[in-house]
Amino acid sequence: MKTFMGIAASNGIAIAPAFRLTGLNLSVKKRSIEDPTAEIKRLHAAIDVSKDELLIIKRKALKDLSHPVAEVFQAHIAILADPVFLEKIELMIKQNGVDAAFALQTVVDDYRKHLQATTPDHQTRYRLVDVNDVARRVLGHLLGRPLASSFQADYPVIVVTHELTPSQTVQFSPSLVRGIVSDMGGQTSHAVIMSRGLAIPTVVGLQGALSSIHDGDIVIVNGLTGEVIVNPTDAQRATYTELIKEDQRRNHQLMASKQENVRADKKRLPMIVANIGLPSDVDGALKAGADGVGLFRTEFLFLSSKRLPTENEQFRAYKVVLAQMAGRPVTIRTADVGGDKTLPYLRAATEANPFLGNRAIRLAFSQPDSFRVQLRALLRAAVYGKLSVMFPLVTTLDELKRAKQMMANERAKLTHQHISVGDVRVGIMVETPAVAVLADQFASEVDFMSIGTNDLTQYVMAADRGNQQVADLYQPNNPAVFRLIKTVIGACHDNHIPVSVCGEMAADKMAIPILVGMGLDAFSANPRSINKVRCLIKRLNHRKMVTLANKVVTMAGTTNQVEAFVQQAVHNEAQTYK
Amino acid sequence: MEKREYNIIAETGIHARPATLLVQTASKFNSDITLEYQEKSVNLKSIMGVMSLGVGQSASVTITADGEDEKQAIAAITETMKSEGLTD
Repeated sequence: MKTFMGIAASNGIAIAPAFRLTGLNLSVKKRSIEDPTAEIKRLHAAIDVSKDELLIIKRKALKDLSHPVAEVFQAHIAILADPVFLEKIELMIKQNGVDAAFALQTVVDDYRKHLQATTPDHQTRYRLVDVNDVARRVLGHLLGRPLASSFQADYPVIVVTHELTPSQTVQFSPSLVRGIVSDMGGQTSHAVIMSRGLAIPTVVGLQGALSSIHDGDIVIVNGLTGEVIVNPTDAQRATYTELIKEDQRRNHQLMASKQENVRADKKRLPMIVANIGLPSDVDGALKAGADGVGLFRTEFLFLSSKRLPTENEQFRAYKVVLAQMAGRPVTIRTADVGGDKTLPYLRAATEANPFLGNRAIRLAFSQPDSFRVQLRALLRAAVYGKLSVMFPLVTTLDELKRAKQMMANERAKLTHQHISVGDVRVGIMVETPAVAVLADQFASEVDFMSIGTNDLTQYVMAADRGNQQVADLYQPNNPAVFRLIKTVIGACHDNHIPVSVCGEMAADKMAIPILVGMGLDAFSANPRSINKVRCLIKRLNHRKMVTLANKVVTMAGTTNQVEAFVQQAVHNEAQTYK
Repeated sequence: MEKREYNIIAETGIHARPATLLVQTASKFNSDITLEYQEKSVNLKSIMGVMSLGVGQSASVTITADGEDEKQAIAAITETMKSEGLTD
């Protein structure tokens, strides 16, 4: 038994036999060549194959890890396209008549020496890891010993290595690589950020690990404390095995409540996504296990500032949300100001009926410059994830077309300025009865719809939702509202586009069964309601809910009658629900 | 020749990701573009060059573009600097 202490780099505990990953012996011997042109061609062939491999690795990283982490591989790809680097290697092949592998190794060595001489800080090491990782890949191809096949354990192991590289780490499967121990490295190295993303317990900076741990030694990695125990006693093994089991139990419980996407009757669950108002709300959404963001209100940017937020301020806020959601869909609503949310710096005329006045998309058209700024920020942020943009309070098709045209114009301008823009799906909020009634006409013009039930209810019932005196008329669960929602869902499905609800209704236990019965594709609720919504939906029998929904839209009654009906049909049967 | 000075405000300085984006932006232009920091100057189209500088927070760097599209190049680079939060 032997205990080592290293730097705790990625949480969790693992126990498995050691697998020493020594890397291939890529020692390069200087070789003279006859034909420099052919040798340079060989170099480029090796670089091209490496680039293709890195693209595949990057795609895998994008799938398994968060966006910023995967970007490390974009840097690796950029190294392979570095004109100064390539020119130096080519020059050496030409002038000295040496082979490509030797030239590459020499240029990388020079680079290392240059770095060590000019930047003595600890950062140097990390930068070298990236360059070495890429160089070794190319060298492997030049020497006919590609890296791709270097890891071959087919049983659970603890990988013991000298220094982790990003491209190695991202290819570790957590079911086989239970833990990682390395001689070198620190908490912020790219590879460690990846092992953390993959949730593989990792201890780094453990000098002498590779030389003192043998293949097959039983190793315990405690990624919480930095402790590594080699060939533990029976008592230690028992203690840690128990700790691991406890961890697994906890994880299973979390997974069960978050990611179980199958309903009791085995039909796929609709998406449960989050409504957020601030970039910092993303944490809560992710913790609640949201499948994405269904509504990101952008008003905060406008309401919390004394002046109009700049394009870059907006861009950063949108980018943060997209990056953190790591490829999950994010729907951002363009500014919904006016009505009850007025801005001091956009002095608008006083209106007798603000909710029927110049608000949301209407205000955007009357302030086209600010609207364009927001559209530009959104198009640019789209590069960082899966972005949908929707316009609030659209009433006519002309408005939709105008907004789309403005977006197309900004896209063209940005492209012309060499500024990167991403793909954006375009949709509308369904809040006005005019859109709900003509939903079939709108459905062919958009990529998705989202029903804002708060405003839709207020406009259908002609009852100001902030006015206490008509509060009893503000009835989201009125059959009139449901009949309109059914029209909208039907029109969307006829046109093969998804439709969600992002108002309070999405978390209302009386409305959820009806919406499920209507085949709603996504429920967008506040993060704290997400688990409740998911639990309820999982319990519902889809076929029965279809019957229930069909009944509700033919009812002649009020909210009270609809709710009594749902209560009877759904909630009495399952008494656990509160 | 077009020249501009920037104050780096990002906590992590010009690390791998923004460096890659800066290099990608610079590579779109024909002009010769250099990045200067503490009297060392590198080609902004070279990722290894940029990373070798180890530009940290509150560093002051100068970017120079020389060529037919120098103005557009500096404008686009400034845009990338801002959108990556490297500078104000």
